[in-house]
Amino acid sequence: MPPPPTPPLFVIAPSRRALSLRLRELWEYRELLYFLVWRDVKVRYKQTAFGVAWALLQPLFTMAVFTLFFDRLAKVGSDGLPYPLFSLAGLLPWTFFSQGLSQSTNSLVGSSNLIKKVYFPRIIIPAASILAGLPDLALAALVFFGLLAWYGVWPGAPALLFAPLAVLLACAVALGVGMWLSALNVEYRDVRFVIPFVVQTWMFLSPVIYPASGVTTALEARGLPAWLYGLNPMTGAVEGFRYALLGSTACPPPVFAASAAVTVLLLVTGAIYFRRMERTFADVV
Amino acid sequence: MGEIAIRAEELRKTFLLGERVQYKTLRETLSGLARLPFGRGPEPETVTALSGVSFEVKAGEVVGIIGRNGAGKSTLLKILSRITDPTSGRAEIHGRVGSLLEVGTGFHPELSGRENIFLNGAILGMKRAEILRKFDEIVAFAEVERFVDTAVKHYSSGMYLRLAFAVAAHLEPEILLVDEVLAVGDASFQRKCLNKMQDVGKAGRTVLFVSHNMPAVTRLCPRTILLDAGTVHTDGPSHKVVSAYLRSGVGSVAAREWPDPARAPGDAVARLCAMRVRPDGGEVKEAADIRKPVDIEMEYEVLREGCVLVPNYHFFNEEGAYIFVSIDVDPAWHRRPKPPGRYVSTARLPGNFLGEGSVIVGAALSTLDPVDVHFFERDAVAFQVVDSAEGGSARGDYAGPVPGSVRPLLQWKTRVLP
Repeated sequence: MPPPPTPPLFVIAPSRRALSLRLRELWEYRELLYFLVWRDVKVRYKQTAFGVAWALLQPLFTMAVFTLFFDRLAKVGSDGLPYPLFSLAGLLPWTFFSQGLSQSTNSLVGSSNLIKKVYFPRIIIPAASILAGLPDLALAALVFFGLLAWYGVWPGAPALLFAPLAVLLACAVALGVGMWLSALNVEYRDVRFVIPFVVQTWMFLSPVIYPASGVTTALEARGLPAWLYGLNPMTGAVEGFRYALLGSTACPPPVFAASAAVTVLLLVTGAIYFRRMERTFADVV
Repeated sequence: MGEIAIRAEELRKTFLLGERVQYKTLRETLSGLARLPFGRGPEPETVTALSGVSFEVKAGEVVGIIGRNGAGKSTLLKILSRITDPTSGRAEIHGRVGSLLEVGTGFHPELSGRENIFLNGAILGMKRAEILRKFDEIVAFAEVERFVDTAVKHYSSGMYLRLAFAVAAHLEPEILLVDEVLAVGDASFQRKCLNKMQDVGKAGRTVLFVSHNMPAVTRLCPRTILLDAGTVHTDGPSHKVVSAYLRSGVGSVAAREWPDPARAPGDAVARLCAMRVRPDGGEVKEAADIRKPVDIEMEYEVLREGCVLVPNYHFFNEEGAYIFVSIDVDPAWHRRPKPPGRYVSTARLPGNFLGEGSVIVGAALSTLDPVDVHFFERDAVAFQVVDSAEGGSARGDYAGPVPGSVRPLLQWKTRVLP
C-alpha cells in the first residue's frame, strides 16, 4: 500500500490530556456562530410581540426599583452621579451578563439535537447564546442615552471609546464562566438549578447597586490593596461601563487590571475544561 | 483514483452503561464523594458499540454499511463525522467531510423556509456564499417556491421534509457520510434524492451510506461492509454481502407474536396471536428471493361460536402505497363458521411476482355479512424481496434499477416477420 501523498485532513483518535484549543478551527466555523446568533435573536424577537419592549423595560423597571430602595431609602451612594443613571449604567452590563450566563448554561443541553447529529466546535453554542444578548444590550443602551440627554450629562468622547472594551470584558467573563457551567450542566443536570442563586449572589458582590469605591475605600482602610475587589471580574466590567458612559473615575485602575487577569484565567481554564469534555458531549447530552 | 479517503484502524467505542440510562447530578456526586472519601465505587459497567473496526475506503468509492440494529453502524458514522470520540483506535480522513445523520437538523419552526435554508446549510457546513449560490436550486429542488417566505411551522410535513432533503442534497463535500435519511419522505421525492446521490457518487465523491434499505444499497453502492456486533463481518461487492446478510436470517420484522391477549389486536370474537413470513415455505426470514414463493402465516384465536371469519392480507410497498389485497378464498372454510380454537391461515405469494424492495404486510380478520372487522394490524410484518441477479428473474440481464411494485416473469415471444 503506497503511503497517502497528502497528510490526512484530520485524524480521529481518543482525546489526550494536552490538547490545543484549536482556535483556527473555531475561526473556520465563524459563519455558523453568526447564523446561530442570528437565529436566536430572530426567534426571540419573532416569538414574543413583547421582545423589543422587554429588552427596554426590564432594566428600566429594575432601575426604578433600585432608585426607590437603594437611593431614597438606603442611601448607598453613587459617586456623585444621579442614581438612576448610575444604576442603569451598571444594570446594562449586568443584565447582559446574567442573561448570557443562564442562557449559555442551558445552551448545550438545549441543543442536544444538534450535538448528536452534526460536528462543529461545541464552544460555538454557549458563545452564540451569550452574543445573542447583544441586541438587547444595544436597545437598552438607547434608553440609557435618552436618559443621559434628560439629565443633560454627556460622557466625553475619549471615555466612550472604552464602551466596546467594557462590553468585550462582560462577554469574556460570561463566556469563561459559561464554558465551565454549560459543560458541567451536560454532566450534572442539576447545575442549572444553582444558576439563579449564583447570579443573585454575584450581583450583590458586584458594584451594580452600590459604587465600587465603597468597597475599595473600605479595603484600603484595612490596609488591603484595592485590586482585591477586581478579582470579581464583573467589577471591572461594570465599573468600566460607568467610566465609558458616565466618565466616572471613582474606581482605581488596578481593579481593572485584576478583573482582566481573572477573565483571561477564566477563559483559558474554561476553554481547556470545555475542550476536554466536548468529545463525549454527544454520548451524554 | 487509488488514493485513500478514509482509513479506520481498530476503532473501538464503549459507553458507560449508566451514561445513557440516567443523568448524574452534582448533588449525588458530591454526597457520594463525602460518603466514600478514600475508596472508589464499583467499576462502572460498559457497553461495547464497536470492538475494533478497520477498513479503508478509496477516494471516489461509494460504500454501503449494513447490519442489524445495534451492530454499530450509527456509532461508526458518528465517530467518522467527529461527533463523538472513539475509545481507542484511530481513523484518518482525507478530505472535507459532510455528514447527514438526519435531515433538517437545526430547523427552527418559527423561521421561514428561506431562513432555514441558510441556518441548516450553515449547520451542515456550507459557507454563506455557497448557500447563496445554490439557493434557487435548493428551493426549486424542494418545490417550495411559493412558500419560501412562510414560517416552516405552517408547512405540511411533506414540504418540510422536501426542504430539509433539498438542503442536504446540495451539500458538496469530498466525503459524504449518510445515515438512513432516505427512509422518510414521499416516494417520488425519495427517488429524486436517490438519483441525486447517484450523481454525487459519479462526481467522484466518496460516500459512506448506512441503510436498511437493501435494494437502495445494492443499487447505489458497488461495495458494502456488513457490521455485526461491532466488528466488520463481511466486506465486499454489495450484491454478495447483501444477499449473505439477508440469508443469515435477521427475522426481526419477519415474525411477530402477541403473547398477551390483553394487548393483542382483536375483539370479543377473535384475536391475533402471531404473524410469520416464510420465504420458500421454510424458516422465518426477512429476505425473500424474488424467484421463490413466500408464505404469509397468520395465527389467531377464535373466541366466539358461529362466526364466518375471513382472513385477509394487505400488502404495501416501502413508500406505503397499496400493492394489493388478498382475501381467503379457501373452499374448505367457504361460508363455514370456525368453532372456537386456534387457527393458522397461510397465503402463498408466487415467486417472480413482487418487485424488489420492502413489503409490509397488514393482517386483518373480518366477517362479511354484515361486514365487521375484528382486527386489522396495519404493519404486522415485513420482508425484503431481493434479486441477487443470478438469473431466473424478470430483470434479465439488466443491472440497473427496475421500477414498479410487481415484477412478474412474463412470456415473451418474438416472431420474425417474413
